[in-house]
Amino acid sequence: MKKTLLSLLAVVTCAYSAPALASGGTEAPPHVHWEFSGPFGTYDRAALQRGLKIYREVCSSCHAVKHLAFRNLTDLGYNEEQVKAIAAEYTVTDGPDEDGEMFERPARPSDRFPSPYPNENAAKAANGVAPPDLSLIVKARHHGANHVFGILTGYEEAPEDHPLADGQHWNKYMPGHVIAMAKPLSNGQVTYEDGTIETVEQYAQDVAQFLAWASEPDLEARKRFGISALIFLAVFAGVMYRLKKAVWKDVH
Amino acid sequence: MGHGERTAFENPVIEWIDSRLPIFTMMQKEYGVFPTPKNFNYFWNFGAIAMFMLVTMIVTGIVLAMHYTANTHLAFDSVERIMRDVNGGWLLRYIHMNGASFFFIAVYIHIFRGMYYGSYKRPRELLWILGVAIFLLMMATAFIGYVLPWGQMSLWGATVITNLFSAIPLVGDSIVTLLWGGFSVDNPTLTRFFALHYLLPFVIFAVVFIHVWALHITGSNNPLGIDTKGPQDTVPFNPYYTIKDSFGLVVFLMLYALFIFFMPNALGHPDNYTPANPLVTPAHIVPEWYFLPFYAILRAITFSIDIPFTDITIITAKLGGVIAMFGSILLWFVLPWLDSHPIRSAKFRPVFRYFFLLLLADFIFLGYVGSQPADATMFGLPLSVFGLGATAYYFAFFIVILPWLSKHEKGRELPASIHEAVLAKNKKKAVEISE
Amino acid sequence: MTADSDDRRGFLMLTAGAMAAVGVGRMAAPMINSLNPAKDTLALSTTEVDLTQIPEGEARTVMWQGKPVFIKHRTPKEIEEAEDVDMANLIDKQTDDERVKKKQWLVVVGICTHLGCVPVGQKETDAHGDYDGWFCPCHGSHYDTSGRIRKGPAPRNLAVPPYEFLSDTVIKIG
Repeated sequence: MKKTLLSLLAVVTCAYSAPALASGGTEAPPHVHWEFSGPFGTYDRAALQRGLKIYREVCSSCHAVKHLAFRNLTDLGYNEEQVKAIAAEYTVTDGPDEDGEMFERPARPSDRFPSPYPNENAAKAANGVAPPDLSLIVKARHHGANHVFGILTGYEEAPEDHPLADGQHWNKYMPGHVIAMAKPLSNGQVTYEDGTIETVEQYAQDVAQFLAWASEPDLEARKRFGISALIFLAVFAGVMYRLKKAVWKDVH
Repeated sequence: MGHGERTAFENPVIEWIDSRLPIFTMMQKEYGVFPTPKNFNYFWNFGAIAMFMLVTMIVTGIVLAMHYTANTHLAFDSVERIMRDVNGGWLLRYIHMNGASFFFIAVYIHIFRGMYYGSYKRPRELLWILGVAIFLLMMATAFIGYVLPWGQMSLWGATVITNLFSAIPLVGDSIVTLLWGGFSVDNPTLTRFFALHYLLPFVIFAVVFIHVWALHITGSNNPLGIDTKGPQDTVPFNPYYTIKDSFGLVVFLMLYALFIFFMPNALGHPDNYTPANPLVTPAHIVPEWYFLPFYAILRAITFSIDIPFTDITIITAKLGGVIAMFGSILLWFVLPWLDSHPIRSAKFRPVFRYFFLLLLADFIFLGYVGSQPADATMFGLPLSVFGLGATAYYFAFFIVILPWLSKHEKGRELPASIHEAVLAKNKKKAVEISE
Repeated sequence: MTADSDDRRGFLMLTAGAMAAVGVGRMAAPMINSLNPAKDTLALSTTEVDLTQIPEGEARTVMWQGKPVFIKHRTPKEIEEAEDVDMANLIDKQTDDERVKKKQWLVVVGICTHLGCVPVGQKETDAHGDYDGWFCPCHGSHYDTSGRIRKGPAPRNLAVPPYEFLSDTVIKIG
């Protein structure tokens, strides 16, 4: 009974955890080796800072990250003065003031990143399709950061038998292949100050890691807690096993 | 309760309370010296583990409710605020989110253990029925809870499941409108779901209390399925089973912690990290894994039942699916009467054992079918064909095989007593070791 | 059962009990801590105020950490009243100098130190109590022009929040 159940359990885990995907025969995105994967993985601070630069210079013209606040950027290795300076480069709407008027002011660390569009309809009107908010994109897609990397590097010429309408683009890794976003990155487009190579692959990796952090900022704390919790439970289980043996000795 | 003989406690405070309300005497009787069969295997741990999970869900749920906002405009963001800004909020949410899955894991093992060892049979029929009621309440609570984060799967899961009721002839549509409090799943639905999600766990707790009460009237079943005949067959609950249950619980917690800390979203669905959008349905709606077998039964019925040679439909495919799905669980209520074989444990019923393990595999296969898109295929055939076959076996097991086996299976000879069986087993083990 | 195995059992029992207590405590801590102010709440803990909006003799109430802060542009007469006080008559002994950064500006948290009501006295037409400052209508505490408690059940002066002058006309509270 025990063995049967265990093998059943293994089958179930495999069957259920392989998510039903690949609609329309789209290729799975390439598997990037991420610094933050695995039980001990952590984010690469330099990559996060580069990713932020790409988000700010490229993605942010259409995509919001509404769950991120400037104060969160201290996680990327910036100090409070640097965070204040980054925030001050943005303008946010505040108010109403004493006269009942809304007014603009430089952003403070407590503010969240302002959205490029005032509302979803404006985003839709400007782009045809509303560009999704990116603060949870890595958790909201199968394959997570690999998906983001795949989309950014998967632009290709459309096959000849598949003419594209205006505002449509062909992407190897987009489910259904047709994507509204034009190829956003090209080699050398964003200048890196730390001497990292300026290729689309590098950009895509950095911004995907940045968005992974945006989705799950507490990942490192979670894993640290997890390691100590598992060690504690393993020792506890050992003690309980010995205790159980000792208590049951006279029955068996 | 508690009108019987009472021996005084030495501690004056405990004695003062106990002489007025014999709560310590009761605990001593029900959890201290309570005679329990001494031959439980580790499958008997899962009742206590399920109880632990219920308490975990209630405690984390209450704290989460203090941070959550039940409003369609704010719900998604309030959950993200829990994940990002509330101190340790991510931990609470991941415990609660994965806790639902692990509660179901524990309860499924508990249920199938009960089926395998015949724990539903006389005199434990009511105990079993209360258990099925708990399971139904859990399903309702879990479904409603999944709606609260107000992601895409929340909205569309709620839409699909509440629409099941529209299959009821005549009044179906009015019932659905009543459930929604509007013309679609919207703010009124979310607020009432939140209220119910807070209420139902306490109802579950109350039924669990009665379930345990009933257990303590009949006493536990055991792997041999034979009645205890005297003190030589039993051990006091404490320390024997308090310690054994705790050991099992800690091992279970290791698996639970593995999910919470290292793959917290593995059992969830990515679409639920996209805010609910009433204008776009996700490409592939799946319920949480613990509903998948029942979801497959729902989808297996794709044909209507007509009166032959006429245009009259008695049961539409939609209603048929709903009846099959609810029926598949409601059957469990009458399980003690479907299987009236005098032997309880599958250990001594090889034919029943064979069909039961097949049912287990069938149930898991149904779960796989439920997880796949509606147009999936297997060996070049539509998967729904296999789904229908698996559904047919599920019902055949309960309605045909069990009653038939009750009459015709001979079964093996039962041991004289638990004590003797344990002695024999230990002797065999000792011989093996000495060899 | 031998005494030796009894000892061993007792020791294991004790260890297991201690570990269970540690585990429960470790899990209870984040639940309780989650009730403390969240990170976004803490981040909103400063407020900037433009003082040019407040003419002499008038007061404004601004919101800081969800609490009202009184900013009073004091007249020379009010400053004199605040400074010309016999320390012996005070319940909570503080000089006016200890309570202000610039004499004409008084900044205090507008919450009565008795039981948390908001005193009146911000408007010209309000009651100002016996000492020309603020008066708490809940239980009758009188505050002077330095926000000090002079009469009534309140035990302490109105609290001075941490603040700094960013320029001559802008202060940052918090």
